[in-house]
Amino acid sequence: MSFDSSAPADAGPRERPRLRKFAYRGDPLAEPPPPELSEIISRHRGERDGLITVLEEIQRRFGYLGERQLRYVARDLGFPLARIYGVVTFYNWFLLTPPGLHQVKVCRGTACHVNGSALILDRLIAELAIGVDETTPDGRLTLQTVACVGACSLAAVVVVGSDTYGRMSPEEALRTLAALPGGDGDSG
Amino acid sequence: MRPATLRVGMSTCGLAAGAGAAHRALTREIALRELPLRLEGTGCLGACHREPLVEVLDGAGAVLYGPITEEAVGPLLDHLSGAGAPVPEDRVVSRRGDRSDYPFLGRQQKLTTQLCGVIDPHSLDAYLAHGGYEALRQARRTPPEQVVEAVKASRLRGRGGAGFPTGAKWEISRAQRRRPKYVVCNADEGDPGAFMDRTLIEGDPHRVIEGMLIGAWATGATGAYVYIRAEYPLAVAALQEAIGQARELGVVGRDVFGTGTPFEIVVKEGAGAFVCGEETALMRSIEGHRGMPTMRPPYPSEHGLWGHPTTINNVETFAAVPSIMLEGPGWFAAMGTERCGGTKAFALAGAIERSGLVEVPMGMTLREMVYEIGGGCRGGRAFKAVQLGGPSGGCVPAGLLDTRIDYEDLRATGAIMGSGGMVVADETNCMVDLARFFLAFTQDESCGKCVPCRVGARKMLDLLTAATQGRAAPGDLRRLESLCRTVEAASLCGLGQTAPNPVRTTLRYFPEEYAAHMEERRCPAGVCPMSGGQEAA
Ligand SMILES: Cc1cc2nc3c(=O)[nH]c(=O)nc-3n(C[C@H](O)[C@H](O)[C@H](O)COP(=O)(O)O)c2cc1C
Ligand code: FES
Repeated sequence: MSFDSSAPADAGPRERPRLRKFAYRGDPLAEPPPPELSEIISRHRGERDGLITVLEEIQRRFGYLGERQLRYVARDLGFPLARIYGVVTFYNWFLLTPPGLHQVKVCRGTACHVNGSALILDRLIAELAIGVDETTPDGRLTLQTVACVGACSLAAVVVVGSDTYGRMSPEEALRTLAALPGGDGDSG
Repeated sequence: MRPATLRVGMSTCGLAAGAGAAHRALTREIALRELPLRLEGTGCLGACHREPLVEVLDGAGAVLYGPITEEAVGPLLDHLSGAGAPVPEDRVVSRRGDRSDYPFLGRQQKLTTQLCGVIDPHSLDAYLAHGGYEALRQARRTPPEQVVEAVKASRLRGRGGAGFPTGAKWEISRAQRRRPKYVVCNADEGDPGAFMDRTLIEGDPHRVIEGMLIGAWATGATGAYVYIRAEYPLAVAALQEAIGQARELGVVGRDVFGTGTPFEIVVKEGAGAFVCGEETALMRSIEGHRGMPTMRPPYPSEHGLWGHPTTINNVETFAAVPSIMLEGPGWFAAMGTERCGGTKAFALAGAIERSGLVEVPMGMTLREMVYEIGGGCRGGRAFKAVQLGGPSGGCVPAGLLDTRIDYEDLRATGAIMGSGGMVVADETNCMVDLARFFLAFTQDESCGKCVPCRVGARKMLDLLTAATQGRAAPGDLRRLESLCRTVEAASLCGLGQTAPNPVRTTLRYFPEEYAAHMEERRCPAGVCPMSGGQEAA
């Protein structure tokens, strides 16, 4: 759900995450939604422009948009699930599967491209042995691309979680990732 | 030692360069050494290539230091307290208040960004101390028609890319009878390589809000939205905080200016879709749908959000309005060219020596921009082209660098003004690769609604990919040119209509690079992985 990494780094066709086929196991929503979810939903009930805001808030809170959560949103805001799924899959920012501990976003904007961000991405794909929008088997890192975070003067840029790292090279990016908590470079 | 104020640039760019650590070190050291120094966080001054920036203001002057990373904090404080050696010259950006000793800053004319890097963006008082919300008060004492006339006379044109005259747009909106009526601030800044809107909102959010409120007064709007991309978390936070302060001030909220009428500004975060910068798609997205563009006309001014009249303008367009009110339309118009008034902010980036945010009067030449302000290409390499307007724009080669920055002059080169992204490419960059890069972007961001864009852009990308991998077939060049015409003519919205621009301009100015790729299967810059994905020899 992000744009093409660049042909040389062909990571294979991108799989769109899908909702699992629904096998009937009784009413999946018989239980009330968790309080945090119902709080978000009820705060925006009745707002005709509220859907995307609700989805954004849920993702911020839970890290991704799970099937049950989307079903609760559909039921409680009165939208067809298909409409919600349509919205979720349209926007790059939404995730349907849980991301790893750290979300690593390699900027693929123009300034970063001119400063070699394709090399960074290629290198991370090779070293982490995962493709874009995939998570390492240990659940530590999810590799993503982003189309510019507005720190173009410091290209090439890599964003990890809410931290922006400027003036990156492939080596520097790998060092940065190794130093993240929960990894090899972690002393604690 | 003399008491002084230290300002640290804490925008996204500053933080990415280490301003957070520098700020923490400064806080700690100042307290430890009990120095008479006051520390302030501020927005981005624009000189991002020297971040983290620290400006030291004592009664005598303002010295700008950078880069002041964590390690440099100790020596800087030693020097300020008169103990240590002077700060090495390569960490001093400018010693003069007018910055005339540093052309990157001295050659600029800051209008919309005048307070970015100067005031604390979290402080409403700081904005008020610089005449904030005075323009709004003045506007509200003027009949709305006259405000519209003033904006028309200022020759302000939309800064979001297309350059539509703002006064004319407001006049159409004003004439609409239907209520509710909206103003929308487009802060989607989708051009990858641009950061004007981010800098403005992070550095001086109240100016944008004030501009929107003047726009609302002039057009008779009853509510407002800001559509801002979620990739800009700091800007979103700055904006929300500023709206809260504006509410306390009484310029938005349930009862604005004690008139009993409500006016709310709602922040909507875009969820990462380039096409949502296009105004009709943006409105669909605010309404909570997939951001698919619709046919125009009807234009949003007549038929916008939920079918109601909606005035959509870019962040910078709104930010220019307070100055027009305060200084007068004639003053604003005189700064620009005969067809377009005022200044324009550009995000100068790429293979350039001095990158950052640059605001200059309309009419400056690209050469002045690239060489005098930007200092030429990084590492003394040869300049190849400057790309304006991102994926919708085109490149301007060295031979045309004397082109003035003006909507029509730039269009004559095949490029566009765009929203202000200006990415420099040097001899180590490959223009076919750059064209392919943009096509990969537009193709991925195409919403898929219309066939010319959905399929045409894909086909163009395939042809360019083949060229960059040394697999071009005879006749590919002709096919590419023909596709450019089709996609441009037949696409529904601006995304598709302008998607061929990067290809067209590189074809026009760098035909020899295409010939080398397609006929000789060779990439002169050594960037493309020719021979079907293998490294070039
Ligand atoms: C594909 C596409 C993307 C656009 N992205 C933006 C954007 O990110 N920001 C913006 O202000 N205008 C963008 N525009 C232009 C808007 O449609 C619209 O013209 C603009 O917001 C009007 O404001 P202005 O008159 O102040 O420039 C885009 C247009 C197209 C076709
Ligand atoms: S292009 Fe990477 S931050 Fe803008």
